[in-house]
Amino acid sequence: MPQVTSLSRRGLLRSTSALLVGFSLGVARAQSTLTATGKSLDPNEVDSFLAFAADGSVTIFTSKVDVGTGLRIALSQMVAEEIGVPVEKVSVVDGDTGLTPDHGGTGGSTGIPRGGVEIRRAAATAREALLRLAADRLHRPASELTLENGEVRPRSGGVGMALGTLIGGRRLSLKVDPQAPLHDPLSYKIVGKPILRPDVPAKCTGRRQYVHDVKLPGMLHARVVRPPAMGARLLNVDESSVSALPGVRVVRMESFLAVLSADEWAAIRAALELKTTWGEGEGLPGHEGLDRYVRTLPIEKEEVTINRGDAVAALASATTKLSATYTWPNQSHASLGPSCSVADVRADGSVTIWSSSQGTHGLRQALARQFSLNPARIRVIFADGSGSYGSNGNDDAAMEAFLLSRAVGLPVRLQWTRQEELGLDPKGPQQILEMRAAVEKSGGGARIAAWEAQMWVPASLPGPRPFLALDAAGIQQARGQNSGLLNQNADTPYASPHVRVVTHWTKTTPLRPSNLRAPGKIANVFATEGFTDEIAAAAEVDPIAFRLSGLNDPRAIEVVNRVAKMIAWKSRPSPNPRPGAGRGFAYARYKQSENYVAVAMEVEVDRTSGKVAVKRVCCAHDGGLIINPDGLRNQVEGNLLQTLSRALHEETKFDRSRVTSIDWVSYPILKFSEVPAVEVELVNHPELPPLGAGEAAAAPVAAALANAIFDASRIRLRSVPFTPERLIRVATPGHE
Amino acid sequence: MAKYNFQLNGRPATAESWDPAQPLLYILRNQLGLTGPKFGCGLGQCGACTVLVDGTPVRSCVTPVSRMEKRAVTTIEGLGSPEKPDAVQAAFIAEQAAQCGYCTNGMIMTAKALLAKTPRPTVEQVKAGLNNNLCRCGTHTRILSAVLRASGQKAAQA
Repeated sequence: MPQVTSLSRRGLLRSTSALLVGFSLGVARAQSTLTATGKSLDPNEVDSFLAFAADGSVTIFTSKVDVGTGLRIALSQMVAEEIGVPVEKVSVVDGDTGLTPDHGGTGGSTGIPRGGVEIRRAAATAREALLRLAADRLHRPASELTLENGEVRPRSGGVGMALGTLIGGRRLSLKVDPQAPLHDPLSYKIVGKPILRPDVPAKCTGRRQYVHDVKLPGMLHARVVRPPAMGARLLNVDESSVSALPGVRVVRMESFLAVLSADEWAAIRAALELKTTWGEGEGLPGHEGLDRYVRTLPIEKEEVTINRGDAVAALASATTKLSATYTWPNQSHASLGPSCSVADVRADGSVTIWSSSQGTHGLRQALARQFSLNPARIRVIFADGSGSYGSNGNDDAAMEAFLLSRAVGLPVRLQWTRQEELGLDPKGPQQILEMRAAVEKSGGGARIAAWEAQMWVPASLPGPRPFLALDAAGIQQARGQNSGLLNQNADTPYASPHVRVVTHWTKTTPLRPSNLRAPGKIANVFATEGFTDEIAAAAEVDPIAFRLSGLNDPRAIEVVNRVAKMIAWKSRPSPNPRPGAGRGFAYARYKQSENYVAVAMEVEVDRTSGKVAVKRVCCAHDGGLIINPDGLRNQVEGNLLQTLSRALHEETKFDRSRVTSIDWVSYPILKFSEVPAVEVELVNHPELPPLGAGEAAAAPVAAALANAIFDASRIRLRSVPFTPERLIRVATPGHE
Repeated sequence: MAKYNFQLNGRPATAESWDPAQPLLYILRNQLGLTGPKFGCGLGQCGACTVLVDGTPVRSCVTPVSRMEKRAVTTIEGLGSPEKPDAVQAAFIAEQAAQCGYCTNGMIMTAKALLAKTPRPTVEQVKAGLNNNLCRCGTHTRILSAVLRASGQKAAQA
């Protein structure tokens, strides 16, 4: 095992500790280590993921970031378990492109199943190497040694050696071994424990440093001045209108316009008071009639994603047929804190950006490509942000901070407003699903004889999402389009001989799209499980019994049965013969191949006012191996409540020139008065791989709610949000 | 530049502002080094910026600094520290009642005032007291449990 030189050893130690210390002292010190971290970033190397210090502590380095999900503690538990160190000795550096290997951005619930599993493999490789190293030092065969509680010692007892003494401050210089033996999950002592997250005490005492709190010497505060109509060109700026405000500078790059000042309040006032003249906007279709408009959009690709049997023929010849159209609106990530970024672009060509982007490495690559910069001179440092739930405005804010810092030659903190975050974040796109099924009665039940789903969603086009500022500044850029895997979970999860799913990928979409938590799947499960409920109701069978008759996967059956028991489900068809109160159910296997989730809820519906009160939500969740049950539970609860909010309230509205849902009045989210009782049961499978938990429980929520509303009121909702106005409209005789 | 004197977390503090209408939030964050209060909307709608003024929860993003003269301002930093959290903070930590934590400041400060007025609130009273504080991560039920825990009541089913 090569010894690293003392210089680079110090470099490594300094780079990690300076990052943490420097950050709390105002970040400036992290800058000094920018070009000399001397740390391996190759995702094939163990040293890229793990560093061992002389005090016995272990640092994990990962491109997967913790956006409030508890990823850091879960990764720490996996590493502590696999190496054999106390979990308090493990910490995480996430998302810093100068220190972390790029093994993928954060999203799609991949933090644990991909990121964590890769890091665990590095930890297992390290443990084997440490045992071999100790064998030399202790003059015992490695097979007689064990690494536990931060110490290598003979299994038979006797003198051991602390990890810090053995390896502290040195590198392992080893490739990650995909065959490195893993500990038996049944022997786990740290994985599976509800260990508290280390970030929570600082968050509860106002000490946690967010990206919004980064402060650099000489830093200017910036606000962007946006056009009144999307895409409008800037015709004139009257700088004298803000000349009385202290230290205000106006920066203009064609139609990208910003005001800056060392005094944040001066920048805020300048953004409000700057006199500008703008041309016409690019024009939007408006949100009214959006479902009709979307079907007129040019198609990039028609794709038959699932084709079992012959659904077309079976539907043509069937006697009992149902059809329905489900729609989902544009929705905002609606982060509670608007996006923010700090950029320091120096005359020497170095670029440092603080961002809570979920893809810091991708952001660095995008900057390097766009401006022909050496990626090695760009460092994007992840800092905690407001929950993002996908790609919100963070990357745009980072690009804007970069442009402005480069223009003024000083560090710039760019803060979006509430109106920018709700109005301009790239949106979870609208979705349309046309469902058709043939139903056969069989015995006392029914079965789905044929199933077809046709959907309209925006296509994935290669390249980064276009940045607002580059378009405004007239700078040519790549025009990628990606909002996640939008077309999964549209086939029926229940036995059917004929199933067909067709995706109409549209070339464009009215509002810039992006991935928003559980992309596509919430709407698709809303349609499939809402429609399944329609079939069960038409066949006059109990909705859960109907589903169970079409399931044969024991894990699926277990979550369905568990949730039925939790909510004391009584077998009867919907709707409830005694209207006013109702219960609803929905099930999904997330992405058709991951977590099993069943959700049931109780609601009260007032048909006169159209008001829905959700009283109780139960969820049974099987995500394979559980790393941290409390962290998992927190994610499941968050998924349930956030998706209730999306189903009850949320629609990004827009007129012909701009988004009009721009604050918490025009884009309301769930309030405490609406919060139901929430009960969660977790199914653990230590023998199986761990799955991600950031999204899965969101998928069945809207469907379960729509089904409960139908049960309580006979009002079948096929569009979100479930506002009182919509309930009244759908309940009106003659609707549809 | 005008100066404003007030009590801040139990100690005398002086703020300077060229504009008497400058909201307290920016003074706290940029001049007085207290970044616990967060900018969420600037409209008084979400509660992320909440501080106590003479014990009453106030939206610092829409409260002019000039109105702080001779008042007592308490921020979340004035309650306790990670090492020595106060009872409400400790209850939030015990319940892990935060995900991203951006709303947490407002939740704790509003709960602090609520408990001062109603030491043993019902769940419905807590919901009503926090109804104008928004959380996006969906930690509501944990926040309710934390407030009940802080009041010395068993963390009942919310």
